[in-house]
Amino acid sequence: MEFISQHPVLVASIIKIAVLLFIVMTALAYLTWAERKIIAHIQSRWGPYFVGAHGLLQPLADGLKFLFKEDITPPVTDRLVYTLAPFLALSLALSAIALIPFGPPSVPFPFLHGQQAWSITDINIGLLLVFAITSIGVYGVALAGWSSNSKYPLMGGLRSSAQMISYEVSLTMSVVGVVLLAGTLNFNEIINGPHGQSGYWWHFIPRWNVVPQIVGFLCYFTAAIAETNRIPFDLPEAETELVAGFHTEYSSFKFAMFFMAEYANMITVSCLATILFFGGWLSPFPDRWAWQIYLPGAGLVLLGIYCAYDTVTEMRGIARLQLAVVTALALGGGLLCLIPAVAGVIQGPFWFTTKILIILFFYIWMRGTLPRFRYDQLMSFGWKLLLPVSLANLVITAFVMIWPWLRHG
Amino acid sequence: MSVVPVSYYLVLSAILFGLGVVAFVFKRNIITIFMSIELMLNAVNLAFVAFARAHNQLDGLVFVFFVIVVAAAEAAVGLAIVIMLAQHRQSLSVERVNLLKF
Amino acid sequence: MSLAFILFFLCALLAVGGALALILSREPIHSALALILVMVSLAVLYLLLGAPFVAAVQVIVYAGAIMVLFVFVIMLLNMGAEEHTDFSKIAKFAGWPLALVLMLWIGYWLAHAQAGAAIGTGAAVEPASTPGLSTQLFRQYLFPFEATSVLILIALLGALVLARKEE
Repeated sequence: MEFISQHPVLVASIIKIAVLLFIVMTALAYLTWAERKIIAHIQSRWGPYFVGAHGLLQPLADGLKFLFKEDITPPVTDRLVYTLAPFLALSLALSAIALIPFGPPSVPFPFLHGQQAWSITDINIGLLLVFAITSIGVYGVALAGWSSNSKYPLMGGLRSSAQMISYEVSLTMSVVGVVLLAGTLNFNEIINGPHGQSGYWWHFIPRWNVVPQIVGFLCYFTAAIAETNRIPFDLPEAETELVAGFHTEYSSFKFAMFFMAEYANMITVSCLATILFFGGWLSPFPDRWAWQIYLPGAGLVLLGIYCAYDTVTEMRGIARLQLAVVTALALGGGLLCLIPAVAGVIQGPFWFTTKILIILFFYIWMRGTLPRFRYDQLMSFGWKLLLPVSLANLVITAFVMIWPWLRHG
Repeated sequence: MSVVPVSYYLVLSAILFGLGVVAFVFKRNIITIFMSIELMLNAVNLAFVAFARAHNQLDGLVFVFFVIVVAAAEAAVGLAIVIMLAQHRQSLSVERVNLLKF
Repeated sequence: MSLAFILFFLCALLAVGGALALILSREPIHSALALILVMVSLAVLYLLLGAPFVAAVQVIVYAGAIMVLFVFVIMLLNMGAEEHTDFSKIAKFAGWPLALVLMLWIGYWLAHAQAGAAIGTGAAVEPASTPGLSTQLFRQYLFPFEATSVLILIALLGALVLARKEE
């Protein structure tokens, strides 16, 4: 017991990492479900609806399928690199999420004195470290393509990694405008610091960075889509082009790791976009509207009522039982969040999650709507359009910031 | 704050530098020789940062910054030369680049 | 045995192990991976030495861009494992002992360097913060900064000219 009181940082970190890992893996699984459902509805069809009510158990079925599939290893010459690549990709994609604050640092961790509840670390250069982790993520792709001992993966891997390092430059440049405005690289300071995004213009428009840095946000979002190899920038791994790109020769669990790494990268860049441009865990409503703390609870209760309606009218058989369980969970969670003590604590993560979900919805929406770029169009777009626009954004932001000093000396 | 004595870091830097010299002298693949140069530069960077901490000054860190930048420029041009060399001699071994040997 | 010591020895072991793997590998791609491991462990050592910005720059630029260049060139040239020719009997027997002498010599003189009175006491002042570093960079070291940007431009043009196909 005194180990816990002597090493509060270590124990709190371990608990937070375990909880976060569980939540992120579940979120990854249900992100795949959401993607299939949303793209299906865009294409005028239903997505998965067979395995569980509304297809909600589909990720579980997919996970079991990946575990039990035969693990075919092609005749590769370099076993070590072939096995290392998916582990590298997944572990780097998951470690970037450890640096992200999900709520205000003022909420204390229960039972452990002096620890924050909503972020695992609070580093002064958090933004730079997230970029450092994404820049090593290129190796997972390049090494996978190289070690597969086959033409299509090699071409796909080289193209994919060249695309990733090209758009990484624009990604970093488009974010420097935000850093100039906030004056710091610390995530919590960017959200809530003296030059942060708290406060309101004319008392009701939140002071989020997307308004002064709209060009930076658009550049960031485009570069992020290219960085995570999503449509419209996914030529290196499109099925009609290069079979499956760098992960052609991977099967079963290793393919599942690449798959999860791609979605984890999506979640990471969405988290970054929320923190840098949309105010992170701040709420969009002014603080004096005190009823806003009941929004999470009210939302969950409404979801529970909709699920109850669905259970009673539409579902049959075992799906009815599953949806009844979902209803019970939603209603129970909603009523729990309506207690004022819990509602006050849960505000930060609720707004953060909402914003991430909206950005992920945009990601999936774009996947269902847009055609893909050809590779040379993709590279010339990245170097000849996106990078100059990001640099121009940086120069104009810097100029606007020092203009008062230039005028008054 | 560092409770590890700074001299430990300097000894590690010396070991890495020595290993870089060994790799430079004994390897035959020209890209590996290039990588041993990068290893030596990294060892020197570690010594710079260690001294910057020991004297509590920032000049060592600024120098590390410049060493990294110059290493990037050098790697770019050097690898372009290596690619041309490999295309001409069809091999990456330095022993094959011996047309001017006496 | 505080956490700093454990972390230092772990990273030192990884760095020396990576350097040995660089020397002893037959495939150049394994040497490149070993060098990436060395760079990342050195970045952790920079964090321990209280220079977080330099650690991040090391990972982003060195391990994340320069080594990617090396890996691309190795993949594109694809010349296979190294040839193994014996070229000198002296080198085989005197190589490693002489290397050891070199390391011990440099290590001895570095370890006995007059590193000042503030060794390892962890002064309360934290000058290695990003604003402090950038102030130094843009005030006192402005000329080297601009000179290195010109250097990078020259390197860019040089690589472009060298890599162009002969028409």
